[in-house]
Amino acid sequence: MNTSMLFLVVAILIAIAYVVGRSRAATLRKNETPMHSLPRYYGYLTAICTALPAFAILIIWSIAEPAILKSSTISSLPSGIQSLPEGELDLVLNDIKNLATGGISQSADDSIRQAAATHYGETQGLSRLLKSIIVILAGLAGLLYGFKKIHSNTRARVGVERAIMIALIACSCIAIFTTLGIVLSVLFESLRFFNKVPFTEFAFGLHWSPQTSIRADQVGSSGSFGAVPIFAGTLLISAIAMLVAVPFGLMSAIYLAEYASSTVRAWAKPLLEILAGIPTVVYGFFAALTVAPLIRNVGESIGLDVASESALAAGLVMGIMIIPFVSSLSDDVITAVPQAMRDGSLGLGATKSETIKKVVIPAALPGIVGGILLAVSRAIGETMIVVMAAGLAANLTINPLEAVTTVTVQIVTLLTGDQAFDSPKTLAAFALGLMLFVTTLILNVIALHTVRKYREQYD
Amino acid sequence: MNKENTVPALDLEQDTPTEQTIEEIVASLGDTVGQTRVDNPKMSVSNVDVFYADKQAIFGVDLDIANNEVISMIGPSGCGKSTLLRCLNRMNDTIPICRVTGDITLDGEGIYSKDTDPVLLRARVGMVFQKPNPFPKSIYENVAYGPRLHGLNRNRADLDDIVVNSLRKAGIYEEVKNRLDDAGTSLSGGQQQRLCIARTIACSPEVILMDEPCSALDPIATAKIEELIDELRENYAIAIVTHSMQQAARVSQRTAYFHLGKLVEVGDTDTIFTNPRHELTENYITGRFG
Repeated sequence: MNTSMLFLVVAILIAIAYVVGRSRAATLRKNETPMHSLPRYYGYLTAICTALPAFAILIIWSIAEPAILKSSTISSLPSGIQSLPEGELDLVLNDIKNLATGGISQSADDSIRQAAATHYGETQGLSRLLKSIIVILAGLAGLLYGFKKIHSNTRARVGVERAIMIALIACSCIAIFTTLGIVLSVLFESLRFFNKVPFTEFAFGLHWSPQTSIRADQVGSSGSFGAVPIFAGTLLISAIAMLVAVPFGLMSAIYLAEYASSTVRAWAKPLLEILAGIPTVVYGFFAALTVAPLIRNVGESIGLDVASESALAAGLVMGIMIIPFVSSLSDDVITAVPQAMRDGSLGLGATKSETIKKVVIPAALPGIVGGILLAVSRAIGETMIVVMAAGLAANLTINPLEAVTTVTVQIVTLLTGDQAFDSPKTLAAFALGLMLFVTTLILNVIALHTVRKYREQYD
Repeated sequence: MNKENTVPALDLEQDTPTEQTIEEIVASLGDTVGQTRVDNPKMSVSNVDVFYADKQAIFGVDLDIANNEVISMIGPSGCGKSTLLRCLNRMNDTIPICRVTGDITLDGEGIYSKDTDPVLLRARVGMVFQKPNPFPKSIYENVAYGPRLHGLNRNRADLDDIVVNSLRKAGIYEEVKNRLDDAGTSLSGGQQQRLCIARTIACSPEVILMDEPCSALDPIATAKIEELIDELRENYAIAIVTHSMQQAARVSQRTAYFHLGKLVEVGDTDTIFTNPRHELTENYITGRFG
């Protein structure tokens, strides 16, 4: 019986448990036994009693099975193969698995492997059979236990409530542990990188050229991992983006929140939000194919030397992409400033723009700053636009007309194509990812903190 | 249901206005009782109607506001007294659906005429709101806000003088003189309201409008504000909307009673409270409804 079939059987078992539990409780109730909860809660409880042991054993078995199979197969092999180094042994095992599932072996000494494959297939079949039997038995045992618990002393409703709570906690844990897992794996890979390249060189080095030699006799690619130029490039492009996004986003937010009539607002807000819905890859080729040549041509006509993949083009387009983000967050905080503040200022003879400048914006400032910081961390992490529109050369410059590269672009280039996963070149991607993650995390924490502080002021 | 316990049916025909439109009820109230006009008025309201979209909120009100006098506007909730008050410095302009017809004059000049700049008008006719609304700035900056806007000071020393004088006139200077740089929002509710009054005075207005200035305050803070209103009367014309009849009796010289957007009766406060001439006024001040 395969796993999906087993799932089906357990599901049927659970359904049976529910029906049996409920009808048993209903019968007891009809016989004037004082029951604590409604019959359906006893049904739920019986179903839970059935599901828990069955799924627990199913999961544990599925996790443990490959390891057991592996060690059993290895021990059945001749000692000559057993003593092979880890990597080659894995290859042999792969071969055996292929044979067992009807594939073709790539090796010469077929007879040994054929025997091992037969052994593997038999063990696996036995394991599956055992698994099915034990899981179903566990489910039945749970059902019986649950059924026995149906009496007036069992507080089924309380038990069901607790089970629901535990299920909810488990779901939220999945998100948390996944994040934690990603962070830890990036962290450990980064540590491997820092074993090969000193942290100080990475953090303070001014030269970035990640090509390392694969063979000893290769020349010209010594590999140097100074991350300063690419972080500088990231900051340059993000700064240009923010120079575009903050003024335009803020102004449009002020217009929408303070001046626009409700009809204009009803049209303009969704339109702005459509900007946010455009895939970044579309912005990317817009930047690479339209904006960058335009800027280069304009630059040429006034005698400036502009790179085809200038930081300016990528930054401008990224800024336009972020406008709705800034505008929508600022709009929310500006609207949240109490009307009493505006009335107070207007009542003292301030004009509308004076009121906005001197009262509304200062009152909303913490929230606006929070929104802008969130936008900055978005700009730093943005990938698609810069991959298409920014350069690959890690120039350390603040001239927006030159080509620069960003952290995200470098991660993409380091990890695309065929790579060895233990060279400093690929591991550098993890170190960059870690730095990027830490930067945006800090920005987000600051942003959320300021936004929260702002909320306390009026609530 | 136990039928013997049901309450006898109310005499619906007489008490509820379901059969009549508001316009018909207002028409049945008759002309305003009492003296709406005074000699030498500071502000004068003539035949003013106010509409919120299609709904009429004020019906043909005539009323004068005199110099050096407190006039209180009383009446049940929704009777239009706050709406009328907000017409006096065109604060209703901020509500797009609000429409005002009729004449309101300040020193004889129509405030709704095309030549009048509502921004300058609001500097001359200051307003104190129901809920204290200091800006999230320092106490000093709160008071200096108006003078800075209108360029009332020539230099920093001037501004300091204006701030200190305004705080003094609002009777709060002694309490805050050592912490002018603290946030205005750090003060207690009563202090905040006096700060808002100081802020209004700092613009050197001629008329001060107060929209239930004490409704969010405790009795002690209320007493202080009432004392202050009495002192301010020497220099300003004051109109105050209040829900407390005791307050109206304590602080005002004249009282106007509104009902469903109509000015029902106006007269000396003493007369209104001891000898009201309109039946509705009498019902309201004796607490029969409202």
